[in-house]
Amino acid sequence: MADTTANKSASRGIALPRVNSRAVVMTLYLLFLLLPIYWLLNMSLKTNTEILNDFTLWPRDLTFANYATILTDPAWYMGYVNSLIYVVMNTVISLTVALPAAYAFSRYHFMGDKHLFFWLLTNRMAPAAVFALPFFQLYSSIGLFDTHIAVALAHCLFNVPLAVWILEGFMRGVPKEIDETAYIDGYSFGRFFVKIFMPLIASGIGVAAFFCFMFSWVELLLSRTLTTVDAKPIAAIMTRTQGAAGIDWGVLAAAGVLTIVPGALVIYFVRNYIAKGFALGRV
Amino acid sequence: MDKTVNQKAWFLVLPVLLLVAFSAVVPLMTVVNYSVQDTFGNNEFFWAGLEWFEEMLASERMWDALGRQLLFSAIILAIEVPLGVFVALNMPKSGFWASFCLVLMSLPLLIPWNVVGTIWQIFGRVDIGLLGYVLDALGIPYNYTQDSLAAWITIIVMDVWHWTSLVALLAYAGLKSIPDAYYQAAKIDQASRWKVFRFIELPKMMGVLMIAILLRFMDSFMIYTEPFVVTGGGPGNSTTLLSIDLVKMALGQFDLGPAAAFSIMYFLVILLICWVFYTVMTNLDKREG
Repeated sequence: MADTTANKSASRGIALPRVNSRAVVMTLYLLFLLLPIYWLLNMSLKTNTEILNDFTLWPRDLTFANYATILTDPAWYMGYVNSLIYVVMNTVISLTVALPAAYAFSRYHFMGDKHLFFWLLTNRMAPAAVFALPFFQLYSSIGLFDTHIAVALAHCLFNVPLAVWILEGFMRGVPKEIDETAYIDGYSFGRFFVKIFMPLIASGIGVAAFFCFMFSWVELLLSRTLTTVDAKPIAAIMTRTQGAAGIDWGVLAAAGVLTIVPGALVIYFVRNYIAKGFALGRV
Repeated sequence: MDKTVNQKAWFLVLPVLLLVAFSAVVPLMTVVNYSVQDTFGNNEFFWAGLEWFEEMLASERMWDALGRQLLFSAIILAIEVPLGVFVALNMPKSGFWASFCLVLMSLPLLIPWNVVGTIWQIFGRVDIGLLGYVLDALGIPYNYTQDSLAAWITIIVMDVWHWTSLVALLAYAGLKSIPDAYYQAAKIDQASRWKVFRFIELPKMMGVLMIAILLRFMDSFMIYTEPFVVTGGGPGNSTTLLSIDLVKMALGQFDLGPAAAFSIMYFLVILLICWVFYTVMTNLDKREG
Protein backbone atom coordinates (compact mmCIF):
# COMPACT_ATOMS: atom_id res chain seq x y z
CA MET A 1 0.00 0.00 0.00
CA ALA A 2 2.73 2.39 1.05
CA ASP A 3 4.58 1.35 -2.05
CA THR A 4 1.82 2.29 -4.45
CA THR A 5 1.30 5.71 -2.89
CA ALA A 6 4.99 6.37 -3.10
CA ASN A 7 4.96 5.41 -6.76
CA LYS A 8 1.96 7.55 -7.44
CA SER A 9 3.45 10.65 -5.85
CA ALA A 10 6.70 10.03 -7.65
CA SER A 11 5.01 9.90 -11.04
CA ARG A 12 3.03 13.02 -10.25
CA GLY A 13 5.80 14.99 -8.63
CA ILE A 14 8.59 14.31 -11.07
CA ALA A 15 7.96 14.80 -14.74
CA LEU A 16 10.84 12.62 -15.85
CA PRO A 17 9.34 9.10 -15.66
CA ARG A 18 6.25 10.16 -17.61
CA VAL A 19 8.28 11.83 -20.32
CA ASN A 20 10.23 8.62 -20.62
CA SER A 21 7.20 6.41 -21.14
CA ARG A 22 6.06 8.78 -23.87
CA ALA A 23 9.47 8.68 -25.46
CA VAL A 24 9.45 4.89 -25.35
CA VAL A 25 6.06 4.67 -27.06
CA MET A 26 7.07 7.14 -29.74
CA THR A 27 10.44 5.48 -30.31
CA LEU A 28 8.82 2.09 -30.73
CA TYR A 29 6.18 3.45 -33.10
CA LEU A 30 8.69 5.36 -35.22
CA LEU A 31 10.93 2.30 -35.29
CA PHE A 32 8.00 0.27 -36.60
CA LEU A 33 7.42 2.91 -39.28
CA LEU A 34 11.01 3.34 -40.31
CA LEU A 35 12.31 -0.24 -40.31
CA PRO A 36 10.68 -1.27 -43.61
CA ILE A 37 11.80 2.00 -45.20
CA TYR A 38 15.32 1.49 -43.87
CA TRP A 39 15.32 -2.00 -45.34
CA LEU A 40 14.40 -0.63 -48.76
CA LEU A 41 17.16 1.99 -48.53
CA ASN A 42 19.58 -0.67 -47.36
CA MET A 43 18.76 -2.88 -50.32
CA SER A 44 19.03 -0.04 -52.80
CA LEU A 45 22.67 0.46 -51.81
CA LYS A 46 23.65 -3.18 -52.23
CA THR A 47 24.62 -5.21 -55.25
CA ASN A 48 22.25 -7.97 -56.28
CA THR A 49 24.81 -10.58 -55.29
CA GLU A 50 24.92 -9.23 -51.78
CA ILE A 51 21.12 -8.99 -51.56
CA LEU A 52 20.62 -12.59 -52.63
CA ASN A 53 23.60 -14.33 -51.11
CA ASP A 54 24.50 -12.62 -47.85
CA PHE A 55 21.99 -11.41 -45.33
CA THR A 56 23.49 -8.13 -44.11
CA LEU A 57 21.97 -5.44 -41.94
CA TRP A 58 23.83 -2.70 -43.74
CA PRO A 59 25.54 -2.66 -47.14
CA ARG A 60 29.06 -4.11 -46.84
CA ASP A 61 29.80 -3.42 -50.42
CA LEU A 62 28.33 0.05 -50.84
CA THR A 63 27.24 0.78 -54.40
CA PHE A 64 25.35 3.57 -56.11
CA ALA A 65 25.07 1.64 -59.36
CA ASN A 66 21.34 1.03 -58.84
CA TYR A 67 20.68 4.75 -58.66
CA ALA A 68 22.97 5.38 -61.62
CA THR A 69 20.91 2.92 -63.68
CA ILE A 70 17.75 4.88 -63.01
CA LEU A 71 19.14 8.40 -63.33
CA THR A 72 20.89 7.78 -66.64
CA ASP A 73 18.13 5.89 -68.46
CA PRO A 74 15.38 8.13 -69.90
CA ALA A 75 12.92 5.23 -69.83
CA TRP A 76 13.36 5.28 -66.06
CA TYR A 77 13.68 8.90 -65.10
CA MET A 78 10.99 10.11 -67.51
CA GLY A 79 8.62 8.18 -65.26
CA TYR A 80 9.37 10.63 -62.45
CA VAL A 81 8.93 13.56 -64.81
CA ASN A 82 5.59 12.18 -66.04
CA SER A 83 4.36 11.60 -62.51
CA LEU A 84 5.36 15.09 -61.42
CA ILE A 85 3.75 16.70 -64.47
CA TYR A 86 0.33 15.17 -63.96
CA VAL A 87 0.46 15.63 -60.19
CA VAL A 88 1.19 19.34 -60.53
CA MET A 89 -1.47 19.73 -63.25
CA ASN A 90 -3.98 17.98 -61.06
CA THR A 91 -3.16 20.12 -58.03
CA VAL A 92 -3.53 23.35 -60.03
CA ILE A 93 -6.83 22.29 -61.65
CA SER A 94 -8.27 21.00 -58.39
CA LEU A 95 -7.45 24.16 -56.45
CA THR A 96 -8.65 26.51 -59.19
CA VAL A 97 -12.13 25.01 -59.34
CA ALA A 98 -12.36 24.16 -55.64
CA LEU A 99 -11.62 27.67 -54.31
CA PRO A 100 -14.78 29.44 -55.57
CA ALA A 101 -16.93 26.39 -54.83
CA ALA A 102 -15.66 26.14 -51.26
CA TYR A 103 -16.36 29.86 -50.83
CA ALA A 104 -19.93 29.35 -52.00
CA PHE A 105 -20.45 26.43 -49.63
CA SER A 106 -18.96 28.27 -46.67
CA ARG A 107 -20.85 31.55 -47.19
CA TYR A 108 -24.18 30.92 -48.86
CA HIS A 109 -27.26 28.78 -48.76
CA PHE A 110 -28.50 27.87 -52.19
CA MET A 111 -30.88 25.41 -53.69
CA GLY A 112 -29.61 21.87 -53.20
CA ASP A 113 -26.37 22.89 -51.49
CA LYS A 114 -26.37 20.02 -48.98
CA HIS A 115 -27.17 17.39 -51.58
CA LEU A 116 -24.53 18.78 -53.88
CA PHE A 117 -21.93 18.67 -51.11
CA PHE A 118 -22.71 15.07 -50.29
CA TRP A 119 -22.72 14.15 -53.97
CA LEU A 120 -19.25 15.67 -54.29
CA LEU A 121 -18.07 13.67 -51.30
CA THR A 122 -19.43 10.44 -52.76
CA ASN A 123 -16.95 10.87 -55.58
CA ARG A 124 -14.14 10.84 -53.04
CA MET A 125 -15.56 7.51 -51.95
CA ALA A 126 -15.86 6.01 -55.42
CA PRO A 127 -13.54 3.02 -55.79
CA ALA A 128 -10.99 3.64 -58.53
CA ALA A 129 -11.53 0.06 -59.65
CA VAL A 130 -15.10 0.94 -60.66
CA PHE A 131 -13.89 3.79 -62.84
CA ALA A 132 -10.82 2.24 -64.41
CA LEU A 133 -12.52 0.73 -67.46
CA PRO A 134 -15.01 3.56 -68.20
CA PHE A 135 -12.18 6.09 -67.90
CA PHE A 136 -10.11 4.10 -70.33
CA GLN A 137 -12.95 4.15 -72.85
CA LEU A 138 -13.88 7.78 -72.25
CA TYR A 139 -10.36 9.11 -72.68
CA SER A 140 -9.65 6.84 -75.64
CA SER A 141 -12.75 8.07 -77.43
CA ILE A 142 -11.86 11.75 -77.02
CA GLY A 143 -8.23 11.17 -77.97
CA LEU A 144 -6.67 11.99 -74.62
CA PHE A 145 -5.42 8.49 -73.88
CA ASP A 146 -1.79 8.37 -72.73
CA THR A 147 -1.55 12.11 -72.04
CA HIS A 148 -0.73 13.83 -68.77
CA ILE A 149 -3.94 15.82 -68.81
CA ALA A 150 -6.01 12.62 -68.91
CA VAL A 151 -4.47 11.37 -65.66
CA ALA A 152 -4.75 14.83 -64.10
CA LEU A 153 -8.45 15.02 -64.99
CA ALA A 154 -9.09 11.48 -63.80
CA HIS A 155 -7.50 12.25 -60.44
CA CYS A 156 -9.79 15.28 -60.11
CA LEU A 157 -12.50 12.74 -59.42
CA PHE A 158 -11.30 12.31 -55.85
CA ASN A 159 -9.09 15.38 -55.38
CA VAL A 160 -11.64 18.09 -56.21
CA PRO A 161 -14.16 16.92 -53.59
CA LEU A 162 -11.38 16.61 -51.03
CA ALA A 163 -10.05 20.09 -51.82
CA VAL A 164 -13.57 21.56 -51.53
CA TRP A 165 -14.02 19.79 -48.21
CA ILE A 166 -10.72 21.02 -46.75
CA LEU A 167 -11.04 24.60 -48.05
CA GLU A 168 -14.60 24.89 -46.84
CA GLY A 169 -13.41 23.99 -43.34
CA PHE A 170 -10.75 26.68 -43.42
CA MET A 171 -13.04 29.33 -44.94
CA ARG A 172 -15.64 28.78 -42.25
CA GLY A 173 -13.08 30.04 -39.78
CA VAL A 174 -12.82 33.45 -41.49
CA PRO A 175 -15.37 35.91 -40.10
CA LYS A 176 -17.95 37.06 -42.58
CA GLU A 177 -17.53 40.69 -41.54
CA ILE A 178 -14.29 40.75 -43.52
CA ASP A 179 -16.18 40.06 -46.76
CA GLU A 180 -18.78 42.67 -45.99
CA THR A 181 -16.23 45.34 -45.10
CA ALA A 182 -14.38 44.68 -48.33
CA TYR A 183 -17.55 45.02 -50.41
CA ILE A 184 -18.40 48.30 -48.66
CA ASP A 185 -14.90 49.51 -49.43
CA GLY A 186 -15.72 48.97 -53.08
CA TYR A 187 -13.81 45.79 -53.79
CA SER A 188 -15.23 43.67 -56.57
CA PHE A 189 -15.70 39.98 -55.80
CA GLY A 190 -12.69 38.93 -57.87
CA ARG A 191 -10.33 41.47 -56.38
CA PHE A 192 -11.53 40.79 -52.84
CA PHE A 193 -11.12 37.05 -53.32
CA VAL A 194 -7.59 37.21 -54.68
CA LYS A 195 -6.19 40.15 -52.72
CA ILE A 196 -7.81 39.73 -49.32
CA PHE A 197 -9.47 36.38 -48.91
CA MET A 198 -6.86 34.05 -50.36
CA PRO A 199 -4.01 35.38 -48.21
CA LEU A 200 -6.22 34.86 -45.16
CA ILE A 201 -6.65 31.16 -45.87
CA ALA A 202 -3.15 30.66 -47.27
CA SER A 203 -2.44 27.83 -44.86
CA GLY A 204 -5.67 26.14 -45.93
CA ILE A 205 -4.69 26.41 -49.57
CA GLY A 206 -1.30 24.95 -48.72
CA VAL A 207 -2.90 22.05 -46.91
CA ALA A 208 -5.36 21.40 -49.74
CA ALA A 209 -2.49 21.47 -52.24
CA PHE A 210 -0.58 19.04 -50.04
CA PHE A 211 -3.49 16.61 -50.00
CA CYS A 212 -4.05 16.87 -53.76
CA PHE A 213 -0.36 16.28 -54.33
CA MET A 214 -0.38 13.35 -51.95
CA PHE A 215 -3.38 11.47 -53.34
CA SER A 216 -2.41 12.09 -56.94
CA TRP A 217 1.18 11.00 -56.29
CA VAL A 218 0.28 7.75 -54.56
CA GLU A 219 -2.52 6.63 -56.88
CA LEU A 220 -1.59 3.96 -59.36
CA LEU A 221 -4.61 2.07 -60.67
CA LEU A 222 -6.04 4.95 -62.74
CA SER A 223 -2.73 6.41 -63.84
CA ARG A 224 -1.58 2.99 -65.02
CA THR A 225 -4.81 2.27 -66.86
CA LEU A 226 -4.76 5.60 -68.69
CA THR A 227 -1.16 5.54 -69.90
CA THR A 228 1.05 3.33 -72.02
CA VAL A 229 4.26 5.10 -72.96
CA ASP A 230 4.28 8.88 -73.10
CA ALA A 231 2.75 9.63 -69.74
CA LYS A 232 3.54 6.44 -67.87
CA PRO A 233 4.09 7.11 -64.14
CA ILE A 234 7.17 5.92 -62.32
CA ALA A 235 5.17 3.58 -60.13
CA ALA A 236 4.07 1.65 -63.22
CA ILE A 237 7.56 1.61 -64.73
CA MET A 238 8.84 -0.15 -61.62
CA THR A 239 7.35 -3.41 -62.85
CA ARG A 240 10.04 -3.38 -65.57
CA THR A 241 12.57 -4.73 -63.10
CA GLN A 242 11.12 -8.20 -63.57
CA GLY A 243 13.39 -9.38 -66.34
CA ALA A 244 14.15 -12.81 -67.72
CA ALA A 245 16.84 -13.33 -65.10
CA GLY A 246 14.43 -12.68 -62.24
CA ILE A 247 13.80 -9.46 -60.41
CA ASP A 248 16.52 -6.82 -60.26
CA TRP A 249 16.05 -6.18 -56.54
CA GLY A 250 18.63 -3.44 -56.21
CA VAL A 251 17.15 -1.26 -58.96
CA LEU A 252 13.61 -1.94 -57.73
CA ALA A 253 14.60 -0.78 -54.23
CA ALA A 254 16.39 2.29 -55.58
CA ALA A 255 13.33 3.24 -57.65
CA GLY A 256 11.20 2.81 -54.55
CA VAL A 257 13.47 5.05 -52.49
CA LEU A 258 13.36 7.72 -55.19
CA THR A 259 9.53 7.72 -55.13
CA ILE A 260 9.66 8.53 -51.42
CA VAL A 261 11.88 11.60 -51.93
CA PRO A 262 9.31 14.06 -53.43
CA GLY A 263 6.82 13.21 -50.70
CA ALA A 264 9.43 13.69 -48.00
CA LEU A 265 10.36 17.10 -49.43
CA VAL A 266 6.73 18.20 -49.53
CA ILE A 267 6.18 17.06 -45.94
CA TYR A 268 9.22 18.99 -44.79
CA PHE A 269 7.85 22.23 -46.24
CA VAL A 270 4.37 21.88 -44.77
CA ARG A 271 5.38 20.31 -41.45
CA ASN A 272 3.96 23.16 -39.37
CA TYR A 273 0.56 22.90 -41.03
CA ILE A 274 0.27 19.13 -41.11
CA ALA A 275 -1.56 18.76 -37.81
CA LYS A 276 -4.22 21.36 -38.60
CA GLY A 277 -4.39 20.22 -42.18
CA PHE A 278 -5.13 16.65 -41.31
CA ALA A 279 -8.07 17.88 -39.26
CA LEU A 280 -9.27 19.53 -42.51
CA GLY A 281 -9.42 22.89 -40.75
CA ARG A 282 -12.10 21.66 -38.42
CA VAL A 283 -10.28 22.20 -35.16
CA MET B 1 -21.97 31.15 -38.94
CA ASP B 2 -25.22 32.44 -40.42
CA LYS B 3 -25.29 31.90 -44.12
CA THR B 4 -27.33 34.07 -46.41
CA VAL B 5 -29.51 32.58 -49.10
CA ASN B 6 -28.03 33.40 -52.45
CA GLN B 7 -28.88 31.40 -55.54
CA LYS B 8 -26.12 33.09 -57.52
CA ALA B 9 -23.68 31.01 -55.50
CA TRP B 10 -24.44 28.30 -58.04
CA PHE B 11 -22.15 30.11 -60.47
CA LEU B 12 -19.25 29.65 -58.10
CA VAL B 13 -19.97 25.94 -57.85
CA LEU B 14 -20.47 25.49 -61.56
CA PRO B 15 -16.82 24.75 -62.53
CA VAL B 16 -16.61 21.99 -59.93
CA LEU B 17 -19.93 20.66 -61.05
CA LEU B 18 -18.90 20.47 -64.70
CA LEU B 19 -15.53 18.95 -63.98
CA VAL B 20 -16.80 16.30 -61.60
CA ALA B 21 -19.76 15.58 -63.83
CA PHE B 22 -17.36 14.97 -66.69
CA SER B 23 -15.14 12.66 -64.70
CA ALA B 24 -17.81 10.97 -62.59
CA VAL B 25 -21.22 11.00 -64.22
CA VAL B 26 -20.11 10.13 -67.75
CA PRO B 27 -18.08 7.07 -66.67
CA LEU B 28 -20.75 6.03 -64.21
CA MET B 29 -23.36 6.11 -66.99
CA THR B 30 -21.09 3.86 -69.03
CA VAL B 31 -21.07 1.43 -66.14
CA VAL B 32 -24.84 1.57 -65.82
CA ASN B 33 -25.09 1.03 -69.55
CA TYR B 34 -22.99 -2.13 -69.45
CA SER B 35 -24.78 -3.47 -66.43
CA VAL B 36 -28.09 -3.81 -68.27
CA GLN B 37 -26.80 -5.04 -71.62
CA ASP B 38 -25.20 -8.10 -73.09
CA THR B 39 -22.85 -8.30 -76.03
CA PHE B 40 -21.62 -10.91 -78.47
CA GLY B 41 -18.75 -8.74 -79.62
CA ASN B 42 -18.63 -6.39 -82.63
CA ASN B 43 -19.99 -3.60 -80.47
CA GLU B 44 -23.49 -5.02 -80.72
CA PHE B 45 -25.36 -4.77 -77.51
CA PHE B 46 -28.61 -6.35 -76.36
CA TRP B 47 -30.85 -5.36 -73.54
CA ALA B 48 -30.33 -7.75 -70.69
CA GLY B 49 -32.35 -6.05 -68.00
CA LEU B 50 -31.42 -7.00 -64.48
CA GLU B 51 -29.93 -10.32 -65.51
CA TRP B 52 -26.41 -9.40 -64.47
CA PHE B 53 -27.53 -8.11 -61.13
CA GLU B 54 -29.37 -11.35 -60.47
CA GLU B 55 -26.37 -13.34 -61.57
CA MET B 56 -24.03 -11.39 -59.32
CA LEU B 57 -26.34 -11.55 -56.34
CA ALA B 58 -26.51 -15.29 -56.74
CA SER B 59 -22.76 -15.74 -57.17
CA GLU B 60 -20.81 -16.92 -54.18
CA ARG B 61 -17.74 -15.22 -55.52
CA MET B 62 -19.05 -11.72 -54.83
CA TRP B 63 -20.41 -12.57 -51.40
CA ASP B 64 -17.10 -14.14 -50.42
CA ALA B 65 -15.19 -11.08 -51.58
CA LEU B 66 -17.63 -8.82 -49.73
CA GLY B 67 -17.21 -10.89 -46.56
CA ARG B 68 -13.43 -10.71 -46.78
CA GLN B 69 -13.66 -6.98 -47.45
CA LEU B 70 -15.86 -6.30 -44.42
CA LEU B 71 -13.59 -8.43 -42.24
CA PHE B 72 -10.53 -6.57 -43.49
CA SER B 73 -12.07 -3.12 -42.93
CA ALA B 74 -13.33 -4.10 -39.47
CA ILE B 75 -9.94 -5.46 -38.38
CA ILE B 76 -7.93 -2.49 -39.56
CA LEU B 77 -10.38 0.02 -38.02
CA ALA B 78 -10.28 -1.90 -34.73
CA ILE B 79 -6.48 -1.72 -34.70
CA GLU B 80 -5.75 1.64 -36.28
CA VAL B 81 -8.21 3.85 -34.40
CA PRO B 82 -7.19 2.89 -30.83
CA LEU B 83 -3.52 2.69 -31.78
CA GLY B 84 -3.66 6.06 -33.54
CA VAL B 85 -5.29 7.71 -30.52
CA PHE B 86 -2.72 6.09 -28.22
CA VAL B 87 0.16 7.36 -30.34
CA ALA B 88 -1.39 10.85 -30.49
CA LEU B 89 -1.65 10.93 -26.69
CA ASN B 90 2.04 10.13 -26.45
CA MET B 91 3.25 12.65 -29.00
CA PRO B 92 5.33 15.60 -27.84
CA LYS B 93 3.13 18.68 -27.57
CA SER B 94 5.41 21.21 -29.23
CA GLY B 95 8.93 22.09 -30.19
CA PHE B 96 11.51 20.34 -32.30
CA TRP B 97 10.48 16.80 -31.33
CA ALA B 98 6.87 17.46 -32.28
CA SER B 99 7.80 18.43 -35.85
CA PHE B 100 10.34 15.61 -35.92
CA CYS B 101 7.63 13.06 -35.10
CA LEU B 102 5.14 14.70 -37.49
CA VAL B 103 7.51 14.54 -40.44
CA LEU B 104 8.54 10.93 -39.84
CA MET B 105 4.98 9.82 -39.18
CA SER B 106 3.70 11.36 -42.41
CA LEU B 107 6.32 9.56 -44.44
CA PRO B 108 4.38 6.32 -45.08
CA LEU B 109 1.36 8.36 -46.22
CA LEU B 110 3.23 9.80 -49.18
CA ILE B 111 4.70 6.61 -50.55
CA PRO B 112 3.00 5.47 -53.78
CA TRP B 113 0.72 2.57 -52.96
CA ASN B 114 2.46 0.01 -55.09
CA VAL B 115 5.77 0.96 -53.51
CA VAL B 116 4.14 0.32 -50.12
CA GLY B 117 3.25 -3.10 -51.44
CA THR B 118 6.76 -3.62 -52.77
CA ILE B 119 8.31 -2.58 -49.45
CA TRP B 120 6.28 -5.16 -47.54
CA GLN B 121 6.67 -7.80 -50.20
CA ILE B 122 10.43 -7.49 -49.78
CA PHE B 123 10.30 -7.02 -46.01
CA GLY B 124 8.34 -10.23 -45.51
CA ARG B 125 10.41 -12.46 -47.78
CA VAL B 126 12.16 -15.22 -45.94
CA ASP B 127 15.30 -15.03 -48.07
CA ILE B 128 15.97 -11.30 -48.37
CA GLY B 129 13.52 -9.49 -46.08
CA LEU B 130 14.29 -8.45 -42.53
CA LEU B 131 10.92 -9.49 -41.08
CA GLY B 132 10.70 -12.82 -42.87
CA TYR B 133 14.34 -13.64 -42.14
CA VAL B 134 14.04 -12.86 -38.43
CA LEU B 135 10.81 -14.83 -38.07
CA ASP B 136 12.37 -17.71 -39.93
CA ALA B 137 15.47 -17.60 -37.75
CA LEU B 138 13.25 -17.67 -34.66
CA GLY B 139 11.66 -20.84 -36.01
CA ILE B 140 8.25 -19.29 -36.64
CA PRO B 141 6.74 -20.65 -39.84
CA TYR B 142 5.91 -17.65 -41.99
CA ASN B 143 5.29 -17.70 -45.69
CA TYR B 144 2.80 -15.20 -47.01
CA THR B 145 2.69 -16.65 -50.50
CA GLN B 146 1.62 -20.10 -49.32
CA ASP B 147 -0.20 -19.64 -46.04
CA SER B 148 -3.40 -17.60 -46.07
CA LEU B 149 -3.16 -16.67 -42.39
CA ALA B 150 0.33 -15.26 -42.92
CA ALA B 151 -0.91 -13.41 -46.00
CA TRP B 152 -3.73 -11.85 -44.00
CA ILE B 153 -1.42 -10.86 -41.16
CA THR B 154 0.98 -9.33 -43.67
CA ILE B 155 -1.61 -7.16 -45.40
CA ILE B 156 -3.11 -6.08 -42.06
CA VAL B 157 0.26 -5.15 -40.57
CA MET B 158 1.04 -3.35 -43.82
CA ASP B 159 -2.15 -1.34 -43.64
CA VAL B 160 -1.54 -0.51 -39.97
CA TRP B 161 1.97 0.61 -40.90
CA HIS B 162 0.65 2.65 -43.80
CA TRP B 163 -2.34 4.43 -42.28
CA THR B 164 -2.18 4.52 -38.46
CA SER B 165 -0.29 7.82 -38.76
CA LEU B 166 -3.29 9.40 -40.45
CA VAL B 167 -5.51 8.58 -37.47
CA ALA B 168 -2.75 9.68 -35.10
CA LEU B 169 -2.27 13.01 -36.86
CA LEU B 170 -6.01 13.73 -36.86
CA ALA B 171 -6.32 12.81 -33.18
CA TYR B 172 -3.25 14.93 -32.45
CA ALA B 173 -4.86 17.92 -34.18
CA GLY B 174 -7.94 17.38 -32.02
CA LEU B 175 -5.85 17.18 -28.84
CA LYS B 176 -3.93 20.35 -29.66
CA SER B 177 -7.16 22.33 -29.77
CA ILE B 178 -7.96 21.62 -26.09
CA PRO B 179 -7.23 24.72 -24.00
CA ASP B 180 -4.91 24.29 -21.01
CA ALA B 181 -7.65 25.50 -18.68
CA TYR B 182 -9.49 22.21 -19.14
CA TYR B 183 -6.51 20.25 -17.88
CA GLN B 184 -6.03 22.62 -14.96
CA ALA B 185 -9.67 22.20 -13.97
CA ALA B 186 -9.24 18.42 -14.13
CA LYS B 187 -6.16 18.68 -11.94
CA ILE B 188 -8.06 20.67 -9.32
CA ASP B 189 -10.78 18.04 -9.35
CA GLN B 190 -8.06 15.39 -9.02
CA ALA B 191 -9.42 13.57 -12.02
CA SER B 192 -7.59 10.35 -12.88
CA ARG B 193 -5.73 9.97 -16.18
CA TRP B 194 -8.54 7.80 -17.50
CA LYS B 195 -11.20 10.34 -16.56
CA VAL B 196 -9.26 13.14 -18.25
CA PHE B 197 -9.19 11.02 -21.38
CA ARG B 198 -12.81 9.92 -21.17
CA PHE B 199 -14.43 13.25 -20.33
CA ILE B 200 -12.08 15.87 -21.81
CA GLU B 201 -9.88 14.46 -24.54
CA LEU B 202 -12.22 11.96 -26.17
CA PRO B 203 -15.22 14.31 -26.60
CA LYS B 204 -12.93 16.99 -28.00
CA MET B 205 -11.43 14.51 -30.45
CA MET B 206 -14.76 13.07 -31.53
CA GLY B 207 -15.20 15.34 -34.58
CA VAL B 208 -11.81 14.65 -36.09
CA LEU B 209 -11.99 10.98 -35.13
CA MET B 210 -15.15 10.68 -37.16
CA ILE B 211 -13.28 12.13 -40.14
CA ALA B 212 -10.49 9.63 -39.49
CA ILE B 213 -12.89 6.70 -39.31
CA LEU B 214 -14.73 7.88 -42.43
CA LEU B 215 -11.51 8.28 -44.44
CA ARG B 216 -10.06 5.01 -43.19
CA PHE B 217 -13.25 3.14 -43.88
CA MET B 218 -13.58 4.51 -47.42
CA ASP B 219 -9.98 3.89 -48.31
CA SER B 220 -9.79 0.43 -46.78
CA PHE B 221 -13.02 -0.54 -48.51
CA MET B 222 -11.60 0.28 -51.92
CA ILE B 223 -8.03 -0.85 -51.25
CA TYR B 224 -6.50 -2.42 -54.31
CA THR B 225 -2.87 -1.77 -55.06
CA GLU B 226 -1.12 -2.70 -51.82
CA PRO B 227 -2.57 -6.18 -51.24
CA PHE B 228 -2.46 -6.84 -54.98
CA VAL B 229 1.28 -6.20 -55.10
CA VAL B 230 1.98 -8.24 -51.96
CA THR B 231 -0.25 -11.27 -52.43
CA GLY B 232 -1.96 -10.83 -55.82
CA GLY B 233 -5.17 -11.87 -54.08
CA GLY B 234 -3.71 -15.21 -53.10
CA PRO B 235 -2.92 -17.75 -51.90
CA GLY B 236 -5.94 -19.07 -53.74
CA ASN B 237 -8.56 -16.40 -53.27
CA SER B 238 -7.91 -15.82 -49.59
CA THR B 239 -6.92 -12.15 -49.88
CA THR B 240 -9.05 -11.28 -52.92
CA LEU B 241 -10.80 -8.15 -51.68
CA LEU B 242 -13.63 -6.46 -53.57
CA SER B 243 -11.53 -4.18 -55.76
CA ILE B 244 -9.09 -6.94 -56.66
CA ASP B 245 -11.96 -9.19 -57.66
CA LEU B 246 -13.55 -6.41 -59.67
CA VAL B 247 -10.39 -5.57 -61.61
CA LYS B 248 -9.84 -9.25 -62.28
CA MET B 249 -13.35 -9.50 -63.69
CA ALA B 250 -13.39 -6.26 -65.69
CA LEU B 251 -9.86 -5.93 -67.07
CA GLY B 252 -8.68 -9.53 -66.75
CA GLN B 253 -11.62 -11.52 -68.03
CA PHE B 254 -13.39 -8.60 -69.73
CA ASP B 255 -16.77 -9.73 -68.38
CA LEU B 256 -18.22 -6.27 -68.78
CA GLY B 257 -21.82 -6.98 -67.83
CA PRO B 258 -21.23 -8.76 -64.53
CA ALA B 259 -18.34 -6.44 -63.67
CA ALA B 260 -20.55 -3.40 -64.22
CA ALA B 261 -23.35 -4.83 -62.10
CA PHE B 262 -20.75 -5.66 -59.46
CA SER B 263 -19.40 -2.08 -59.63
CA ILE B 264 -22.79 -0.55 -59.08
CA MET B 265 -23.60 -2.70 -56.10
CA TYR B 266 -20.12 -2.10 -54.68
CA PHE B 267 -20.60 1.64 -55.03
CA LEU B 268 -24.06 1.49 -53.45
CA VAL B 269 -22.74 -0.33 -50.38
CA ILE B 270 -20.05 2.33 -49.95
CA LEU B 271 -22.59 5.13 -50.43
CA LEU B 272 -24.92 3.66 -47.86
CA ILE B 273 -22.26 3.27 -45.17
CA CYS B 274 -20.75 6.68 -45.90
CA TRP B 275 -24.14 8.34 -45.74
CA VAL B 276 -24.54 6.98 -42.22
CA PHE B 277 -21.08 8.27 -41.23
CA TYR B 278 -21.74 11.63 -42.86
CA THR B 279 -25.05 12.10 -41.09
CA VAL B 280 -23.47 11.28 -37.74
CA MET B 281 -20.63 13.65 -38.50
CA THR B 282 -22.74 16.64 -39.50
CA ASN B 283 -24.90 16.10 -36.42
CA LEU B 284 -21.76 16.19 -34.28
CA ASP B 285 -20.72 19.40 -36.04
CA LYS B 286 -24.07 20.98 -35.29
CA ARG B 287 -24.02 19.96 -31.64
CA GLU B 288 -20.65 21.59 -31.19
CA GLY B 289 -22.06 24.72 -32.79
